[in-house]
Amino acid sequence: MSRRIFNRQILSREGWIRLAVIVAFTVAFEALCRFGFIPRTAVLPPSDMAISLWHILQTGEYNNDILSTLGNVAAAAAISVTLGFALGVVIHALPRLRATIEPLLASYYAVPTFMFYPVFIVVFGVGSRAIVAIAVLLSIVAMIASTLTGLDRIPRVLRKTAAIYRMSAAKRAVLIDFPAAAPHLFTGIKLAFAYALIGVIASEFILSGQGVGYAIAYAYNNFDNRNMYGLMLLVILLATVANTALDIVDRRMQSRTRRG
Amino acid sequence: MKRAGDSLLLFFGILAAWQVLYWLAGDIALTSPATTAVHLWKLFGTARFWGHAAETARAFGFAVAISLFGGVALGVLLGINRTSGVVSEPILIALYSLPKVTLYPLVLLCFGLGMSAKVAFGAMHGLIPVTIFTMKAIMQIKPVLWRTAHTMRLSARQTALTVALPAVLPEIIAGARLGFSLTLLGVLIGEMFASQRGLGFMIMSAMGLGDIATIMAVAVFLSVLAIAANALLLWLDRAVPR
Repeated sequence: MSRRIFNRQILSREGWIRLAVIVAFTVAFEALCRFGFIPRTAVLPPSDMAISLWHILQTGEYNNDILSTLGNVAAAAAISVTLGFALGVVIHALPRLRATIEPLLASYYAVPTFMFYPVFIVVFGVGSRAIVAIAVLLSIVAMIASTLTGLDRIPRVLRKTAAIYRMSAAKRAVLIDFPAAAPHLFTGIKLAFAYALIGVIASEFILSGQGVGYAIAYAYNNFDNRNMYGLMLLVILLATVANTALDIVDRRMQSRTRRG
Repeated sequence: MKRAGDSLLLFFGILAAWQVLYWLAGDIALTSPATTAVHLWKLFGTARFWGHAAETARAFGFAVAISLFGGVALGVLLGINRTSGVVSEPILIALYSLPKVTLYPLVLLCFGLGMSAKVAFGAMHGLIPVTIFTMKAIMQIKPVLWRTAHTMRLSARQTALTVALPAVLPEIIAGARLGFSLTLLGVLIGEMFASQRGLGFMIMSAMGLGDIATIMAVAVFLSVLAIAANALLLWLDRAVPR
């Protein structure tokens, strides 16, 4: 009980240390830049990055790029989660198929998918569709794998309980299978989002004329360090906040299943 | 035997899907499996291809060495103390899920074009997962093992070699598998953006020329290598007693 109350504090002891470490790193980085150990032509001090980001957000100069990136990430994550879940359920239901493609799932992320980007552009055309398609290809496998794990880990006793209650297949799926697999499905959602973000930004970087990734590459090519580091900070903050939030929810769900 | 049959089935399934995609999309998008194989064979005969491949192999070798040794060392350092492990885990996970391509200009400005930038970019991708896996493994070693080592009056070196290392070996191999593929990815991306040599550059220049056959051949070559390495490490992962 006391442990729970302890957890209710704003930050745990480790949380405070973590915050201190991050602040110390930022201050040290700032000092290294300010005192000229790192040349300004290479890296801007963090405070200047923050000012530049503030400027970018205030003038709204990159709003279209930011919105297009966020839209693509949302679309890719949504498609990966729904399609990945559906495929996961189908694959789980067909053991023979599963045994056949399991090695593919295990080595999927070893393949440098990037190399095939030029092919994707020609197939899907230039623009949002190609970007979303690439991001989906990168993130869907994580969702499929998580769905399979979730369905595998449903305790046998729950299945038996469903049989005793004479539940129909549909009812069992809604009342038993889905809630029991939910924590793993959430892990899948978390990973799908992270991969979708990576996929969208990376493909914007290489092969697009819009989006934050493109804007960063463009600023880099024009020696526009100020905007480049501002946008870079934006991506880092967005990714960290979103991924950390999903990670915290994920941990809560995982620890609940372990307790129950 | 059945497993081998399944793998063969998968192999032909992928080839068939590729062929169908080729029929649908046509010559401008991709080349058929047969054409790609022939083109790859032709590339194998050229000194230019092997020059690029050697360059990539060298960069990858450095990067993977930094990722594995650095990651294990860092993981052990952070994991040996519970507080430092708990403090650093979320930070490492946040770094891991960052779209690292974004940081590419930063790496270039710090390291310049060429070998060091490629190696840095590869190590950036591979170091963190290896660190996370090692750290978690060290933190999860059962306290009874430490106490046993203490009771038997093992020296620090003996404890590390005969108790800690065997206990964390499976996780380190799992981490190495992930680190291996991500390092390769990082090195290749590095070559695509900022290099005049290497297989990544070869793909990038073929992209500029619209030379789909070369892109496909090199991409398939790299995929096969990556899958083979992954399969080897996966086998090792399963072979290590837990």
